[in-house]
Amino acid sequence: MSVLLIKQWNSLLENDWLVPVLLTLGFGLSFAIPEYNLFSVYVQLIMMYIGINIILAVSLNLVNGYMGEFSLAHAGFMAVGAYSSVLLTMKVLPVADYPLLFPCAVFIGGVVAALLGMIIAVPSFKVRGDYLAIITLAFLMIVKSMIENIDFMGGPRGIPGIMKLTTMPWVFFWTATLVWIVRNFVFSKYGRAVMAIREDEIASDLMSVDTKKVKFFAFMLSSFCAGIAGALFAHLLQFISPRIFDITKSTDILIMVYLGGIASLGGSILGATIYTVLLEILRPSTMAALLSWLPSFMFDPLQAHLITHLGTWRMVIMPLALIMVMLYWPRGVMGLREFRGFIPRAHKQAHHHN
Amino acid sequence: MTILIANKVGHKFGGLSAVTDFNLNLHYGELMGIIGPNGAGKTTVFNLITGVYQASEGSMRFKGIEIVGKRPNQIAALRIGRTFQNIRLFRELSVLDNVRIAHYAQANYGILEGLLHLGRYQKEEQRIINNSRYLLSIFKLEQVAGELAKNLPYGLQRRLEIARALAISPELLLLDEPAAGMNPHEIDQLMLLIQWIRQEFNLTILLIEHQMKLVMGICERIQVLDFGETLAVGTPDMIQNHSKVLEAYLGEVPGG
Repeated sequence: MSVLLIKQWNSLLENDWLVPVLLTLGFGLSFAIPEYNLFSVYVQLIMMYIGINIILAVSLNLVNGYMGEFSLAHAGFMAVGAYSSVLLTMKVLPVADYPLLFPCAVFIGGVVAALLGMIIAVPSFKVRGDYLAIITLAFLMIVKSMIENIDFMGGPRGIPGIMKLTTMPWVFFWTATLVWIVRNFVFSKYGRAVMAIREDEIASDLMSVDTKKVKFFAFMLSSFCAGIAGALFAHLLQFISPRIFDITKSTDILIMVYLGGIASLGGSILGATIYTVLLEILRPSTMAALLSWLPSFMFDPLQAHLITHLGTWRMVIMPLALIMVMLYWPRGVMGLREFRGFIPRAHKQAHHHN
Repeated sequence: MTILIANKVGHKFGGLSAVTDFNLNLHYGELMGIIGPNGAGKTTVFNLITGVYQASEGSMRFKGIEIVGKRPNQIAALRIGRTFQNIRLFRELSVLDNVRIAHYAQANYGILEGLLHLGRYQKEEQRIINNSRYLLSIFKLEQVAGELAKNLPYGLQRRLEIARALAISPELLLLDEPAAGMNPHEIDQLMLLIQWIRQEFNLTILLIEHQMKLVMGICERIQVLDFGETLAVGTPDMIQNHSKVLEAYLGEVPGG
């Protein structure tokens, strides 16, 4: 059944014009939705979080899925992007007068994160697997405690009163652009090399792959994306503190990647969307609103026995769901597969026998 | 004319000498074999040439360029290709991708062109696809181009390894026990194949092999290793009648 659905989906995405049409439509909608309030403000907020989470999942998938390493540092890269962009918009750039300085601040946030990504890339030349995972964890802790101890950056209490500059068109623009860039990377000699490193690093070297350079590029691109996501996140939430970017943030991204499927961009988009929406649906207030159409003799007992307790239960339900996925779909929903719409035409044809 | 000269190369694992005083003179276009009992250091020699291990002493020159101290990918980019004793394919990737990956150093485009799919990207990718499909067709693998490498039967995996090694456009090809696990009929085919690719791609070939039929059948010269030392170098006829070689393989020969 699900295989059949995916086949249908893929044949739909086979058309060359589909992706550009969807992009244009999406970009148009990202202006129209806030303008005409096509959805409630709450739903609009969720949509923007989905976009940011897609960037994060795609970024982490590059390291954990395509390269087969295990990074826990992505909340740290997010923090770097968030803090550097916020310092720019609050203290340096006159964003209020020139709104187009906002994307510049976001971009610089990504660049700073990418520079720090090189710090993770260097140990990855020597260390792999569990040991590299511990290094990324250490990196995350260093970033967090550095921010906590610098008063200039708000210390442990964080920075309140950030301008709300992240709007739906900007989220759409960055999500589409970054997914496109990562997709291009994956379908280039560098992306193939990243996957070869996952399979057998020494054999990759012996097949002329410059593994150091490729790791540099992969870690930098991945942390650049995470930095952009952090910058967008900060200007949406309007408040950042070191606690927001701790290990639980990293695990959130991990769940999205493994739920959606490793080494698959389509999977990451799916995983980020499902996870964000599920977490919201499982909020008591959302669930109550969603079920409010039920007649009261059905709604009231549900409300009394289930919905009010959801706040506690959702942190049980989500991990349980993840365990089920790992047991029955060890590689996630789309593991090692790709939506055909993402695959460049030459690559699609190359695998078919003429 | 020599393509590869090794001069007094040595390598130690801890205090243990794996290879000592290894000398090699490989001529352009030659097909040479390295034989020796298990643990003689044959694969270590391949790992030293390709830069997987760094030689602790001595020097090696490939086309006049010193390769001791270079990284494996740099040596591969100088056009030394190799296969492995125990197959090391990129198992979870397609057969076509296995061959495409080995085009890394020749793919003439940079990171920005890769990120934006602009400039030389399209032309180069198309060239790589065409060359990969050509290599697969030589080894009769084009029908399985889309399969994952791990799903191929053993014999096809061996062929794919050679196809992948040829994708770096080698001038020197190192084959590590290419006939391992093959029956006599398959070995006959492999001998023809090795001679054919040598002509077609203008290769110098150095191979390690235990199958005497293959070694004696196609190699022009043979070097015998034992405990990391060279026992003898010469033509197959010379090696077959060499007393030291017989000793290493069969134990001491009475009156020999």
